Amino acid sequence: MADEKVKTPLLDELEKGPWPSFVTEIKKASKKSPVCDDLLGQLELSYAEKKGHWKHGGIVGVMGYGGGVIGRDSDVPDKFPNVAHFHTMRVNQPSGWFYTSNALRTLCDIWERHGSGLTNMHGSTGDIVFLGTKTDELEPTFKELTEAGFDLGGSGSCMRTPSACVGQARCEWACYDTMKLCYDCTMEWQDALHRPPFPYKFKIKCAGCPNDCVASIARADLSVIGIWKDEIQQDDAAVAEYAKTLDIQKDVCDRCPSRCMAWDGKKLKIENGDCVKCMHCINVMHKALKPGKERGAAILIGAKAPIVQGALLSSVLVPFVPADELFDTVKELVSRCWEFWDEYGKNRERIGELIQRVGMGNFLDAIGLDPVPQMVTAPRDNPYVFYNVKKQA
Amino acid sequence: MAQQPVKRITDIGPPNYEKFLHPIIKKNYGKWLYHENMAPGVYAHVAESGDRIISVRAASPRLLSVETIRFFCDLADKYCGGYLRFTSRNNVEFLLDDAANVEPLKKELAARNFPVGGTNNAISNIVHTQGWVHCHSSATDASGIVKAVMDALCDRFTHENLPAKCRVALACCLNMCGAVHCSDIAILGIHRVPPKINHETLPRTCEIPTLIASCPTGAIRPATVDGKNSVEVVEEQCMFCANCYTVCPSMPMNDPDNDGISIWVGGKVSNARTAPKFSKLAIPFIPNNPPRWPEVVDAVVNIVNVYAANACKFERMGEWIDRIGWPKFFELTGIEFTKYHIDDFRLAGTTYARSTHIKF
Repeated sequence: MADEKVKTPLLDELEKGPWPSFVTEIKKASKKSPVCDDLLGQLELSYAEKKGHWKHGGIVGVMGYGGGVIGRDSDVPDKFPNVAHFHTMRVNQPSGWFYTSNALRTLCDIWERHGSGLTNMHGSTGDIVFLGTKTDELEPTFKELTEAGFDLGGSGSCMRTPSACVGQARCEWACYDTMKLCYDCTMEWQDALHRPPFPYKFKIKCAGCPNDCVASIARADLSVIGIWKDEIQQDDAAVAEYAKTLDIQKDVCDRCPSRCMAWDGKKLKIENGDCVKCMHCINVMHKALKPGKERGAAILIGAKAPIVQGALLSSVLVPFVPADELFDTVKELVSRCWEFWDEYGKNRERIGELIQRVGMGNFLDAIGLDPVPQMVTAPRDNPYVFYNVKKQA
Repeated sequence: MAQQPVKRITDIGPPNYEKFLHPIIKKNYGKWLYHENMAPGVYAHVAESGDRIISVRAASPRLLSVETIRFFCDLADKYCGGYLRFTSRNNVEFLLDDAANVEPLKKELAARNFPVGGTNNAISNIVHTQGWVHCHSSATDASGIVKAVMDALCDRFTHENLPAKCRVALACCLNMCGAVHCSDIAILGIHRVPPKINHETLPRTCEIPTLIASCPTGAIRPATVDGKNSVEVVEEQCMFCANCYTVCPSMPMNDPDNDGISIWVGGKVSNARTAPKFSKLAIPFIPNNPPRWPEVVDAVVNIVNVYAANACKFERMGEWIDRIGWPKFFELTGIEFTKYHIDDFRLAGTTYARSTHIKF
């Protein structure tokens, strides 16, 4: 009943201005999907009352999976019956978020048949998000998705959908094949992705260089960040070219955190042993400087947002793994970490919080990794040491 | 004979990305030499073979109808052989092998109000969460504030005129399903009053020991209310994280008058120059004011403008503040410093000024 469209004076204000509007998107979808009218209606109510109207949606999902679907119910179902149940499906994205128009059209057609026709491209963890459908539609949607070669992503206390930056597909800085590692990890741990086995969520993110375009150091329980071991590759002629437009002393050398470079007006000299691989000089003079040839990744552990005990950044676990050994090392390391976390992690305790609670030293003992000074910014400055003196036999 | 049931397909994982790569990308995978910035939102990658792939980046509201996705597909078919991708900040990127297609593509995007930009020292898209559109625990909306803020910052998206990158992110509650805690500017929805306990439904909807264990400050204690097992909240100990509500639907936190926005600044995830760092509190509370949250928009625009006018070349927000010091930041932005800015959670002392390095 197109002439009885819901009135949304508040939301209409968000169709003005130069930035693309999500309200316009919902209205576009409502042309084919009446559930979107009720979504607009409920959202308008939220705008009027300044509060959300969704509630926990119970346990819903597809057969045999424990995740991938987020149950969502309206708390005003009498007013907006079409969104009484409005569940989200997470669909595992291809590495690097690359698509063909054909693949995207297939996804659009499936979602138009079975859901609201609204998506997020993409959700925060990286999945394609199908926004809003009824319980009865979950299984048929899943069937069509898998027939088209797609699968659900993770939710709950599982290995969440891994994600990766574009890496070697379109970036000269990638120190390893991020998209392949992401794909390999996703395939290796399908069971842990679909059937939540852990105390809480576990995220893996693959970043090709220390610029970290996928925010792995802030967001991933396991952050794999590309890095190199040898000398920065340097093209002196190209450096000289940059000297025409850049103040190399001020813009490059003085910004170097380890002050490992000197510029005499003709030649840039890099003391590579002092370089901390921050990427600044390479970012600024990308035609002249490149990461070295001995490439791989640093593996860091434990990042998370504040809930429960406070936000954490990942910290160094393995300073360098050569690119061709990366997947095997990650597999081994992850299985040891999960074993310890499974055993000792409390409900809703991320692995970073567990490490904070038991101490990094004990965690290293548990996973059989030797401590190295690259793991800390400084040794401890308090003398309360839990010495572990073995009794004489 | 009974028909054999069709085998249900499961555990196949995502499609292999190789199927979706532009032929030029496939051919030059891992063999890129350098990139060139052609215009804001337009850049070319050059491979060892001499091949070039051009990327055109356009804004997206993230919440997309299938109609708009199909529009992107049509453009990709017309100009890119059908190849496109999305970025980690939810922009759409078209991958072109012919430079002659850049301007016609930009024209069609502009005609449908999709600005092109977000590269280098521009403000890229705001990563954000679901908010009132689809979340049960949000203290504010997400998409609406993002729309209002980006309307005001749209010129900063289409021009690369900041001292460095500036990443803005929004999370509608402390769960932060968007990584706002390491952003140059973080817009964070907050609750400010303790949960309202529904003693009627609590015994049958929640596991009490799990609920008690969920509180980071131990503010939730077992209690018997009207003869039923329930809990009580020691209100002075509650810091409104809403973790209890996540594990127990009978502890709702929503409160229209007291929920709102806080603003955090100076975080980063990149290792360039300085180490990654958390965002720090700039503005403790701004009330929710839908539909366009003008106070939040003004606050963000003010911070961006003061940063743009004062930071040196290459300085991210946090690097600039580290150089000038926090007193100067508060002075320049005109933001009031309050007791809420001083940490009182675990390890709070690490943020106290423990030297006489004081600027006047």
